[in-house]
Amino acid sequence: VCFIPGGLDCSISFVSHVLGKVCVHGRQKEILGVLVPCLTDLTKSDCIWQRICWRLVECVPDRWMEAVVLGFVQRAPGADVLSRLLGNLVVKNKKAQFVVTQKMLLLQYGHTTAVLQSLLGHLALDSPRRTLLLRVLKELLETWSSSSAVKHSPAEQQLYISKAILICLSHLKEPEIESCRQELLTSMMEGVKCHLDSSLPQLRRLGMVVAESISWKINTEGPVLKFEYEEDDETRELKSLLVQTPSFSVVLSLPDDDRSEEAGAVLPLVPETDEKSYPADPIPVMPDEGSDAELDSDDDLIPYDMSEDKALKIKAPVYIRDCIEVLTGSRSEDVDKWEATVKALESLVRRNPAAAREVSVELAKILLHLEEKTCIEGFVELRQRAQVAVLITDPIPVAKYLTSQFYSLNYSLRQRIDILDVLVLAAQELSCPKFHGKSKLSGAQKPCVQLLPGSDSSKGWRRIVDERIKSKTRRFDMGQSRAELASHPNEFNSVAGHFFFPLIQHFDRPLTTFDLLGEDHFVLGRLVHTLAILMYLAVNTVAVTAMGKALLEFVWALRFHTDSYVRQGLLSCISSLLLSVPTERILADMTEELLETQSWLGDVMEKDPDGDCRRLALQNLLLMENLKKKLEAVPS
Amino acid sequence: MALPPPDPVFVLRGTGAAVHALHFSCGGPEPDIPLLFSGSENGFIHVWNLKTHRVDTALDGHGRKSVCCVETMGGKDRLLSQGRDQRICLWDLAEGRTSVTDSVFTEHVGFCRCSLLKVAQGRWLMAMAARSLEEVQILELPSKTSVCTLKPEVGAKLGMPMCLKLWQLSCGSEPMLLAGYEDGSVLLWNVSMGKALSRLNCHQEPVMSLDFDSEKAKGISGSSEKVLSIWSLNEQQNLQVYKTHELVNAGISDITIRPDKKILATAGWDHRIRIFGWKKLKPLAVLDYHTATIHCVSFSDHSNPRERLLAAGSKDQRISVWSIYAQT
Repeated sequence: VCFIPGGLDCSISFVSHVLGKVCVHGRQKEILGVLVPCLTDLTKSDCIWQRICWRLVECVPDRWMEAVVLGFVQRAPGADVLSRLLGNLVVKNKKAQFVVTQKMLLLQYGHTTAVLQSLLGHLALDSPRRTLLLRVLKELLETWSSSSAVKHSPAEQQLYISKAILICLSHLKEPEIESCRQELLTSMMEGVKCHLDSSLPQLRRLGMVVAESISWKINTEGPVLKFEYEEDDETRELKSLLVQTPSFSVVLSLPDDDRSEEAGAVLPLVPETDEKSYPADPIPVMPDEGSDAELDSDDDLIPYDMSEDKALKIKAPVYIRDCIEVLTGSRSEDVDKWEATVKALESLVRRNPAAAREVSVELAKILLHLEEKTCIEGFVELRQRAQVAVLITDPIPVAKYLTSQFYSLNYSLRQRIDILDVLVLAAQELSCPKFHGKSKLSGAQKPCVQLLPGSDSSKGWRRIVDERIKSKTRRFDMGQSRAELASHPNEFNSVAGHFFFPLIQHFDRPLTTFDLLGEDHFVLGRLVHTLAILMYLAVNTVAVTAMGKALLEFVWALRFHTDSYVRQGLLSCISSLLLSVPTERILADMTEELLETQSWLGDVMEKDPDGDCRRLALQNLLLMENLKKKLEAVPS
Repeated sequence: MALPPPDPVFVLRGTGAAVHALHFSCGGPEPDIPLLFSGSENGFIHVWNLKTHRVDTALDGHGRKSVCCVETMGGKDRLLSQGRDQRICLWDLAEGRTSVTDSVFTEHVGFCRCSLLKVAQGRWLMAMAARSLEEVQILELPSKTSVCTLKPEVGAKLGMPMCLKLWQLSCGSEPMLLAGYEDGSVLLWNVSMGKALSRLNCHQEPVMSLDFDSEKAKGISGSSEKVLSIWSLNEQQNLQVYKTHELVNAGISDITIRPDKKILATAGWDHRIRIFGWKKLKPLAVLDYHTATIHCVSFSDHSNPRERLLAAGSKDQRISVWSIYAQT
């Protein structure tokens, strides 16, 4: 579109209309793909073209303004370009303001980081727009610190909002920080609390990173908030957003450079090395002996026999009852012996199952309450392995003890989770005895995946369940060509019920220090995952159908729980159930419940805010489909 | 065919508590009884009669706090003892007296043993760890005047001094101090100038004990790890590592070189005393008698070489006395 320069008054409202109509019909990409680069070049140094461009966008009718503005923000290659193209549109036009400050930031969350950068940078560039920037920041922080938002919004949206907050922070200047310091602090405190309360590690990390950044921004002197978390790509990307690279804008000068200088100053000061005025020599060995001319009068000193001189080994007790004595600490002086006992206990228990069975419950009690007396490496693992060994040697009484303690007063959350982990490990070992070096069954048998219960044990299990689901699906497609997995004796068979049912019994009974349905939803999440694993391991056991029914009822009662970690666990329970309970029994005994579950799963799949939950629900529905088809495939 | 190690000549029992310090006084002429002074954890100093193997006297001067060091000052009538009640006591033991004539309040709460050096007739220098964390104070005894305070420079990060040794090359020359610190270094200080001359990082763990042979300008230090470090002093007064020796078990509480500089003994946390030849650090014997960690070893100062003894005090409350390599 060519205009005659030189004072001619032109009206470009026609062009605006065309632009608007095209954009609203969804052709933003095509038209703006041509228009924006063109305008970028033209407006680079020519003020007239800039004004023309601004008139262009201002004249777009309101009903099409959103599409146009959205398109421009998405296409513009940077904050300064966007400023040249839009000018002060966001200040003058209410609709544009709404789109930029509310819709794109709070209601949508699919835009890339680059788009966020150019949007917020655009707001930061000019003083009339900076007030908008501050308002945007306050609203973002309000959302970030609201506990219901943290609980119910999807993780992707929370990540988006966190990025936006960090970018806003990076644009703030000192006087502005001064004016809203108090508000920033308040929001940070509230927000950090909600985020740390969440059961998902990703959300906790997000909260920590944002809180650290806010604290760093508002406290330039004095101690800064610092959390400990594992760095990964996401956190590194977030932290990099705090630093603005200097933009090469020509028309509008911008004090962006001092931002990067500030970042440089933040690098930790390397501690100054000590200066020594006197020489501190390194340790070279002087080879003096060869040239020693002195008489060797040491020769007449005859050494005595030193063959007895060996490294000291503290002997661990050989009998399990001795171990109990040492561990119950009658002689607190003998820490060496205590250490040796802790290290030797697991192997002792495994080698003397009969002796261990006599004192199994006592040992379990001691181990549950055992605390670290001296600093041994791997104490937690040693204790856990000893507990698993005790549980395996005498499953029924010890399981009874442990499950009863799970619901008792005055245990720490760590101890309760320990109980769950030990039950899972023992169940796994009991159901796959070849774990301990017995001959592996040949060929098609899938080796058992090592389970390391940690905060992400659920992920490991999901992987296993996924693989199993995949294998089942494939098997159906290829008909019956794959041989059935060879079965092996499952020692878990006789005790599965003892592990499972006590855990599931009392979940709705709150105690003074322990309320599964209330505050302690993290433990509830772990409990649900544990039940899923126990269900999975109970395949081919006698109790599996009863377990399945109980589990289905349990899941039904909790299906609307607000914590996404719990919901993920519930969905894993359904997967385990569908995989472990024999198909005939499912269809015979649980038909109505299954139908109800199916409709619930459909609901979850469509409407649940958490991506993992939706995926698991889909998997479960597929499994159910497979079940039905499998039964139909078998000739009746 | 190597002989099995000898058994102790005798064992002294009756201290009633772990033994932390030992000192012989056997150099006197004939009618004098050879004595062994021992300091225990219950605050008592026992004077053992080496002829009867019984306690002659028990001195109680440290308020039942552990005694970590005992030394005689020119004969058995004057005794110096250091306890964990932050005091160093001077005793007068002549003619059966058992009184504390003087005491120095060190304000030191650590375990560093003090070191004595006779510089002139009736005058001693004593090095002790002082109140401030890294400092060593030198006092003159019996006047108790402070000669100097040895402060490492700022940022040296040495930690507490763990063991001290005052020495001089010959009577009349400048007194020097070797100090082992918590960070594993040994420093050589010139006492008259109050300046550090050399620093050597010879251990990763705190230096537990050291001893020095001024004639050969060679010293040895042990720490809580498995390594013994032997270092030497060259003409420029610089410390250099000469050799290291790896032990079977970690932890050394005390090292002492026999006055004739032929052998040395180490007290180990593994309940064993080890004897080495001083010249080349050849392992000579491992004496295994005690049942708990050994806190101190000491050689006797008998004028007749054949009567020389070695004593070791341990946490098992016994003092073992050995006669080993006495013939050379």
